[in-house]
Amino acid sequence: MYLLILVLPFLGSIFTGLGGRWLGYYGASIFSTSCVLISMTLSFFAFYEVGVSGTVCYLSLSPWINSETLYVNWGFLFDSLTVSMLLVVTIISSLVHIYSINYMENDPHFSRFMAFLEIFTFFMLILVTSDNLAQMFVGWEGVGLASYLLINFWFTRLAANQSAIKALIVNRIGDFGLSLGIFTTFYTFNSLDYLTIFSLVPLLLNEYLIFAGFQVHNITLIGLFLFIGAIGKSAQLGLHTWLPDAMEGPTPVSALIHAATMVTAGVFLVIRFSPLIEFSSIVLTVMIIFGSLTAFFASMSGVFQNDLKRVIAYSTCSQLGYMIFSCGMSSYNVSIFHLSNHAFFKALLFLGAGSIIHSMADEQDMRRMGSLIKFLPVTYSVMLIGSLALVGFPFLAGFYSKDFIIELSQVLANPNLNNVNGAFACWLGSMTVFFTSFYSFRLIYLTFLNSTNTNRVILADVHESSIFILFPLIILGIGSIFVGYFTKDLFIGLGTNFWNSAIFILPSHSNFIEAEWLGTLVKWLPFIMSSLGIFLISIINLLTNYLYLFSKFNILFAFLINKKWYWDIIYNRFLVYPILNFGYLVTFKNLDRGFIELSGPYGFSKLIPTWSEIISRLQTGQITHYLFFIVLGLCSFSGVLGGISFNFNLICFYLVLMFFI
Amino acid sequence: MFEQISIFHISSLLFLISILGIFLNQKNILVMLMSLEMMFLAVSLNLIFSSICLDDIVGQIFSLLILTVAAAESSIGLAILVVYYRIRNMIAVELMILVKG
Repeated sequence: MYLLILVLPFLGSIFTGLGGRWLGYYGASIFSTSCVLISMTLSFFAFYEVGVSGTVCYLSLSPWINSETLYVNWGFLFDSLTVSMLLVVTIISSLVHIYSINYMENDPHFSRFMAFLEIFTFFMLILVTSDNLAQMFVGWEGVGLASYLLINFWFTRLAANQSAIKALIVNRIGDFGLSLGIFTTFYTFNSLDYLTIFSLVPLLLNEYLIFAGFQVHNITLIGLFLFIGAIGKSAQLGLHTWLPDAMEGPTPVSALIHAATMVTAGVFLVIRFSPLIEFSSIVLTVMIIFGSLTAFFASMSGVFQNDLKRVIAYSTCSQLGYMIFSCGMSSYNVSIFHLSNHAFFKALLFLGAGSIIHSMADEQDMRRMGSLIKFLPVTYSVMLIGSLALVGFPFLAGFYSKDFIIELSQVLANPNLNNVNGAFACWLGSMTVFFTSFYSFRLIYLTFLNSTNTNRVILADVHESSIFILFPLIILGIGSIFVGYFTKDLFIGLGTNFWNSAIFILPSHSNFIEAEWLGTLVKWLPFIMSSLGIFLISIINLLTNYLYLFSKFNILFAFLINKKWYWDIIYNRFLVYPILNFGYLVTFKNLDRGFIELSGPYGFSKLIPTWSEIISRLQTGQITHYLFFIVLGLCSFSGVLGGISFNFNLICFYLVLMFFI
Repeated sequence: MFEQISIFHISSLLFLISILGIFLNQKNILVMLMSLEMMFLAVSLNLIFSSICLDDIVGQIFSLLILTVAAAESSIGLAILVVYYRIRNMIAVELMILVKG
């Protein structure tokens, strides 16, 4: 049963991908969707067995690499962390499959699309179930490959090509860090198996690597490298630029990859390595700082974006920041709790946005929408549920996880703890709540509530989509309302034994009890901030439209943020183009085609004709000249042998001299 | 002893003069042939004197051989010269540049 969860998406992908021609539209949709649905059902069973009943399942298939101490198995580890991710991935994936049946109905490459979705699901499952780093890396790279294929699904579009390449390359920088992490892990532990690594960590706390005169703490180094991998995959500040651009793919792809699964792979990795990261305070600090900066930056960028999907993409980026900094605060279970809740409401938002785009004749600009509440009541209600869950409205999914993260940061921000990072994360996190609610409801206002800006032809044709689009939306809407409440006690309840040994938190780092006894005002703070955001955007949209446009500073500031803080331009102008120019001018033109060719074939082919011309010019045809050479040769030979006997250097010098004459 | 050395000097000098006569001469091919003859003479002179000095007959045999070779060579050389003259109507050395590199 456990292996069937993985095998089914793989088989589905192979058959829909290779046999799509024979399956046709109906065959491909029914076959691929049923594969994922069965896989989802089985992962429910797995969740019950492993998570609820507490029987960790470990399957070892066959040796993969067996060389000296490097011993890598194809092994599958189903602990509570894995099955939680399994459930998230398969649920979102099957809903996206059902959604795509209608959304991609008119696409000629439908079966290819389904095959890509399935292979993505398969690699994601490999990633979460593997029991060693090498196999995890298979899933990690496979997910990157699948994301390339999916973003580039409409391969005739230039923007899709560019953003797919960008996504792949930016991810590859993270992968570089991750592979360094894997090498360092093997160097330190002589093993890649999770169980071996995690049980050896306390033993090797004092191992240092001497590199260029510096002493580097091994555990910290591994943690940092793994975190670089997480930065790339989970779009943290610095390597986040691919995420908003990846919206060039079809909307179900955005929902699957950039909301629920692929971007959470980095967070999953960090959570998986909690037994290692817990022992390095530097990595924890770095994670807090990067996470909170990402949360703040992305939410602020989201405020000024006009593309419907880009707003949600920045929202994802910001929520990933939350997850990472809650990992940095050693509350990994809260992080995965937020991850699973976030998967529900973010997939809901993306699929809802897809529904809007689908009914608006593929219009993505929010400024050209409006008053859709009359036309799309179901989509409006689920989008509202999703937005409320996202801003952490009480008793919806986001409330249970996001507010708890902020409460934990409030604990760390307590002056008695003297924890600067905690205060940093607390302030940025609380501000992020404000911006989150601001852009969420800006989206709601611009698309649904304000008066319309689109033309009559499009508006006359706006209608709700078919049941295949609405069904996933409704399921996700129900999920967004209830999943937080249902799983709160299981995931983050005080003293829950759900995680067994899957997550390790040092007792001295645990703040869960303190978080329950915070002051009332502090507990109300996220709600107050989010209400303030909703209130402000309501005022701006309902009362006057000009209030915030007047100040010159505001316009500049808005422009700056609308251009995503110029991250892309900085990267392009100061990294990409200089490197490309260097590659073309220096390494290619000057070295490869220049210097090396000059000392290689090109140089010789130029030199030999020159020499032969010089030598042939000696053949004058005059007999006296030939005689002169004979005599000269005789003289120099006798001179060399007799006169300057055995002075080797001088002979060489004469020979070279003769050669050049 | 002194005589021997001076005689070897004379033959070497003759040889040198003949070499110079060969390649310093730009005009006349007959002079070149004559220098060639002189070269042979210098060599055979050298051989004869050394056979006397060493009291050995081999040198003289060699010089006789060289005389015949030189005679054959100069006859062939002159024959070539005549053929050449018949074809080109002149024997100037500096104009013999038909085989240029």
